[in-house]
Amino acid sequence: MRRLLVLGAGTAGTMVVNKLRRRLDKEEWQITVVDQSDRHFYQPGYLFVPFGVYSAEEIVKPRQRFIPDGVDLVRGEVDRVAPGGNEVLLADGRRLPYDYLVIATGVGPQPDQTPGLLDGGQWRKSIFDFYTFDGAVALAKAMEGFDNGRLVVHIVDMPIKCPVAPLEFTFLADAYFRQRGMRDRVELTYVTPLPGAFTKPIASKRLGSMLDERKIAVETDFLVERVDDKTLVSYDEREIPFDLLVTVPLNMGAEYVARSGLGNELNLVPVDKHTLLAKAYPNIFALGDASDIPASKAGSVAHFSVEVFTENFLRHVRDEPMTGSFDGHANCFVESGDGKALLIDFNYDTEPLPGRYPLPGVGPFSLLKESEVNHWGKLAFRWMYWNLLLPGRPIPLPAHMSMAGKHPEE
Amino acid sequence: MPVTTIAGRDVHVDEEGFLTVYDEWDEDLAKQLAAQIGIDLTDAHWKAIRFLRDDYRTKGETATLRRVTVVGGIPTKELFTLFPKKPAKKMAYIAGLPKPHGCV
Repeated sequence: MRRLLVLGAGTAGTMVVNKLRRRLDKEEWQITVVDQSDRHFYQPGYLFVPFGVYSAEEIVKPRQRFIPDGVDLVRGEVDRVAPGGNEVLLADGRRLPYDYLVIATGVGPQPDQTPGLLDGGQWRKSIFDFYTFDGAVALAKAMEGFDNGRLVVHIVDMPIKCPVAPLEFTFLADAYFRQRGMRDRVELTYVTPLPGAFTKPIASKRLGSMLDERKIAVETDFLVERVDDKTLVSYDEREIPFDLLVTVPLNMGAEYVARSGLGNELNLVPVDKHTLLAKAYPNIFALGDASDIPASKAGSVAHFSVEVFTENFLRHVRDEPMTGSFDGHANCFVESGDGKALLIDFNYDTEPLPGRYPLPGVGPFSLLKESEVNHWGKLAFRWMYWNLLLPGRPIPLPAHMSMAGKHPEE
Repeated sequence: MPVTTIAGRDVHVDEEGFLTVYDEWDEDLAKQLAAQIGIDLTDAHWKAIRFLRDDYRTKGETATLRRVTVVGGIPTKELFTLFPKKPAKKMAYIAGLPKPHGCV
């Protein structure tokens, strides 16, 4: 028997085992997936929890439900990968040998990496994050109880999962306070290590002017050194006081990646950006957020790259060259408040541009422009995620980005 | 790619003035590039610049600030003192490397 071992049954890992179980002969291939938790969280839903839009039940389901027959789901914590011996050691002493390994354990928020964030006495009192389920639930209470003062939305450093999420949170907070008739009692500030609202120029300009229109102050090039009680302090000694801080802590790959000598300074696995094969080992791939590819850490990237990976993997295990080439395709809905959203569609080489998607000229979605249809698309995506995406069923969107329907000049 | 003349030599640069050809750089050029953005290079500056050059040669991309700190061993605070305001961008500029794309 040949053995495929997948670490992490999140978005990427679950898609991979579903797709490959159908394509790899059951007599010839054993597929195992390891995860430390028995619950699967719909992470895009975290954004809505602080505003009371989603309840906990809507975004959490049992992990086993999404793992197909013929795939072993092992619950356990990875201690380390021993790439020389082609095996994975679990914390409880179990050993899992493999012929091919897929690392899909993503990234997670690490508030302990910024002095004063976790240990300054304000964590979960006036400092919150919404990149964990518990954090999002705790923040919902804090938002409800907030009736005036300075709300600061903050990113420690890039890259982060879903780079538009902090912007979306800011837009939704603005709308939320307006609906509660208290927007004039809240000072909203968006603090980013980037030189603008977003990483790519055209989208940054559009999203930046949306912040201006909503009277949201923006502090750019702000790299936080520490948090002093209720003040953010940057390396160049700027200070931003807050009453309520919503921060996105440093996002890092899993600790075992570092222990196994497989990661860079953020515990991300260096891979070829077109095939996702680890640079150091010919039988290890890293999919989803766990790799160092210069693309957004987003479910859409995981989805499109898994499509390319699946075909490549089938060739790779037959010792044939991998002919598929992932282009960094991402597309993300950006909630803007009041039941509207934008959509952005881009890849390694092409920044988000205005236009229509997926059908040129028709849509129904508008690119880089607010619409109600985009918002409904974002909400409908939750159903697609559970029912089509995770089970690896076909979704009628091409894996590679297309220029059709996009307008390079506004 | 546009070509510009720095220190009496023709070099290839992008639209923001970052060198695009690794081997067109040398230490004399670095001094000129640093002077253009108001930086006088000391030993401490050179330590960072040399780390960036070496790291790029093996990794094929410009190190982020975090990488210079974690792998290169130079505290971030010091980098902000040496290359004020935008250390990642300024270091890459002087080291003749592409602007770090970091982020997405």
